[in-house]
Amino acid sequence: MSSQPLVEIRDVNFAYGSRPILKGINMTFHKGKVIAIMGGSGCGKSTLFRLIGGALRPTRGEVKIDGQVIHELNQQELYAMRRKMGVLFQFGALFTDMSVFDNVAFQMREHTDLPEEMIHDLVMMKLQTVGLRGTHALMPSELSGGMARRVALARTVALDPMLILYDEPFTGLDPISLTVVGDSIRRLNSALGATSVVVTHDVQESMKLVDYIYFIADGVIAAEGTPEEIQASDKPFVHQFVHGERDGPVPFHYPSGSYMQDLGVSI
Amino acid sequence: MPVVKSVRNIGHRVTEGIWRIGFATHFFVLVLRNSGSSFRRFRLTVKELYFTGVMSLIIILVAGLFVGVVLGLQGYEILKRYGSESALGTLVALSLLRELGPVLAALLFAGRAGSAMTAEIGLMKASEQLAAMDMMAVSPLARVVAPRFWAGVISMPILSMIFSAMGVFGGYLVGVVYIGVDEGSFWSQMQASVDFQHDVLNGVFKSFVFGVAVTVISLFEGFDAPPTAEGVSRATTRTVVQSSLVILLLDVVLTAFMFRGN
Repeated sequence: MSSQPLVEIRDVNFAYGSRPILKGINMTFHKGKVIAIMGGSGCGKSTLFRLIGGALRPTRGEVKIDGQVIHELNQQELYAMRRKMGVLFQFGALFTDMSVFDNVAFQMREHTDLPEEMIHDLVMMKLQTVGLRGTHALMPSELSGGMARRVALARTVALDPMLILYDEPFTGLDPISLTVVGDSIRRLNSALGATSVVVTHDVQESMKLVDYIYFIADGVIAAEGTPEEIQASDKPFVHQFVHGERDGPVPFHYPSGSYMQDLGVSI
Repeated sequence: MPVVKSVRNIGHRVTEGIWRIGFATHFFVLVLRNSGSSFRRFRLTVKELYFTGVMSLIIILVAGLFVGVVLGLQGYEILKRYGSESALGTLVALSLLRELGPVLAALLFAGRAGSAMTAEIGLMKASEQLAAMDMMAVSPLARVVAPRFWAGVISMPILSMIFSAMGVFGGYLVGVVYIGVDEGSFWSQMQASVDFQHDVLNGVFKSFVFGVAVTVISLFEGFDAPPTAEGVSRATTRTVVQSSLVILLLDVVLTAFMFRGN
């Protein structure tokens, strides 16, 4: 990864109260790349996602985007930075009181003075990119889960962001939608010259589309590398995760007391 | 020790209550500071005025009419004992303008529009719509909360006046049309005894204060609701209960200041 870095995460620590979530995370996301942050449920990847978006403040360390430390920005500067970012939430988070058209046009109307005719054309082009131009008059409640995710994707890239964050974009999608969304992420990243960060636990789908992968476990980076390197990794955690093994470094059982004691059986 | 536990629980609840009042006050200040767009883009406020005000009209009209009818019947019964049936118009008008109009309209408003506001904002939070808006560099306080706040504050006094007008009409129907009180004395006594500033404007001011209180409670509860089905459900209940109590408490305070011994 030799191109210029867009996001630099340096020695980031984060804790909810006294419970540490992230411990000394270092990452670099280069311009034009698609990066995956992977890990099991509760490993801290969503926290990291929120730290990159400026929704949380690290306990120690810094997250730098385009040369600016995100948590040192005031509200106005943070919003100026967020205008250059796009975020796709896990279930789309479409505004339920607006039509598909109005959802995609939302940021254009809020942040630009473009005439309505131009907004119309831009919205149609964004919807065409995700294959849903025909749904522009529908309400979010009339869309399937996969369609809602694609409309949200069109909304995410409405203002051609330089950084796109995806929170679990593959969760709950049927195989066709999965391919369409995965393909759209890769295509949009190339078309916009953006940098994409995909927070996911879907190994197989991510391997197909990302340039670099970070594995997080217990709040630290357990492994990192290209999809080929990760696939070939012999680290027990990575091996268990990539191959979906039931038991391994990540135990099947949540820590508990004696099974016999819980069943009331005395030996 | 059960006693220690009880005292600790009471202390915890009191502390939590004080914290929440502090958070709600801070929230109120933030809403006021983010109110610019509600006026610059008045279209957003008008849309909310429709949902909070216009959509509450039916319940306000019907309830106002019923209350006026009951006031007419009960008032006539009592006034007849003193031979003052002609003062029925005064009784109905003053009861409604000073007390029943503002208080009952606010209670109905809390039950219909307040609970709807809490549920809507709570669900927007639970489905990450507010977070998405914030990540799009659009303040949810300015775009979602402030227009609803001003819609509530504007519509509450209007609804209260409509409630009182319907109540007077109900009193007229039962008193004049049904029972047969003299129409001239019904209206003339009312006109002579109702003071615009003392009775009408004080009632409008009351309903304005109730509007601010109910709307702030409803919006704060929605914004602060845990993002779960249970959280939104509890927040909606809290909105109705707290709004009702606050309306009655504020009514005591405002009445004491406005009508002490007059």
